Amino acid sequence: MEYIDYYKILGVSKDASADEIKKAYRKLARQHHPDLNPNDKEADKRFQQINEANEVLSDPETRKKYDQYGKDWKHAEQFEQAHQQRQSAGNNPFGSGENPFGGGGYYSSSDDSGDYSDFFASMFGSRGGSRQTKFKGQDTRASLQLNLSQTYTTHKQTFTVNGKNIRITVPAGVENGQEIKLAGFGLPGVNGGPNGDLYITFEIINDTSFTRKGNDLYKTLPLNLYKAIMGGEETIDTLNGKVKLKIAPETQSGTKVRLKGKGIPVYKKEGEFGDLYITWEVQIPTNLTAKEKELFEELSKQR
Amino acid sequence: MEKAKKISVEQCCVYYSIETSFVQQLDERGLIKLNRIGKKTFIAYEQLGDLEKYIRLHYDLEINMAGLETIRHLLHRVQLLQDEVRRLQTS
Repeated sequence: MEYIDYYKILGVSKDASADEIKKAYRKLARQHHPDLNPNDKEADKRFQQINEANEVLSDPETRKKYDQYGKDWKHAEQFEQAHQQRQSAGNNPFGSGENPFGGGGYYSSSDDSGDYSDFFASMFGSRGGSRQTKFKGQDTRASLQLNLSQTYTTHKQTFTVNGKNIRITVPAGVENGQEIKLAGFGLPGVNGGPNGDLYITFEIINDTSFTRKGNDLYKTLPLNLYKAIMGGEETIDTLNGKVKLKIAPETQSGTKVRLKGKGIPVYKKEGEFGDLYITWEVQIPTNLTAKEKELFEELSKQR
Repeated sequence: MEKAKKISVEQCCVYYSIETSFVQQLDERGLIKLNRIGKKTFIAYEQLGDLEKYIRLHYDLEINMAGLETIRHLLHRVQLLQDEVRRLQTS
């Protein structure tokens, strides 16, 4: 546990006036406040230091004790005991966690000194400041990666956030970038306030050969020239198995066919699905044999 | 449809020790949304997180209403950019 120079943290001199301390605190707090620096752990840490420095230096009583014992904080209790023996009265201000300085601040918690440095807790007990308002804990954001094929069915996912194992049901049809809120799974509340919420953003990785647009799927497939001309059947893959598709005679390259209900399930609408669109790309044969060329020549003469 | 949980603005202000005019101004500037039922005004539970944030910024950091509006706009942009970075990092 190291001595903390609160004056240095606020960037003020040891003889700074109360007004100078207040101004320095406000200036730094506006830069590093967690509300203004979302998802920035460094700013969080810095704000806690600034807050702690302000709690000590903004109260004349605590500032006096800090100035008096600051560097010799390890011996503060002994000094106080000796002082009390002389006085034969009064409470020990550095006693067993009883707070001589009142109140709680933004980062103070109702249970203990978790958000203060060990130095602060050792010198001033666990809490300081004047605000006792209950605040909801900070919201937490996390992302969850899913394969596109996994979004076809409603399923369970387990993951760890803030050291807690969380099991959620992922409804079929969830989209890339979609966010869900888990109320109460964020950081703990302050001064007994409710927990924050956990926001989970889904990142969908396309592990299929389809392109997704909303709930519809798209795919371009090659089609044999002779099947395109004469018609026939093709077996194609969909997200829920193979499907036999009729090819109409004289199918043109670029023809788009719709397979109704073979797309992605509609989010939270059971039994509703998007469609699958197949675009046929007619393949022209290459490396023709002399016989084939002759036959094509003959065919061309028919037109 | 499930009824949204809400608290009256008066109760809310007693709880947070703030003036009702502050909450009304947040509503007028579109920073939070209040619901009026008859003569009473309510705030939905899901808006409390935002309200608490504005309380901290206003009362702890002395940021005025115009500043709160600007901050909301910039935080929204930060959020979009962070989402974009996350998306690019995973693609």
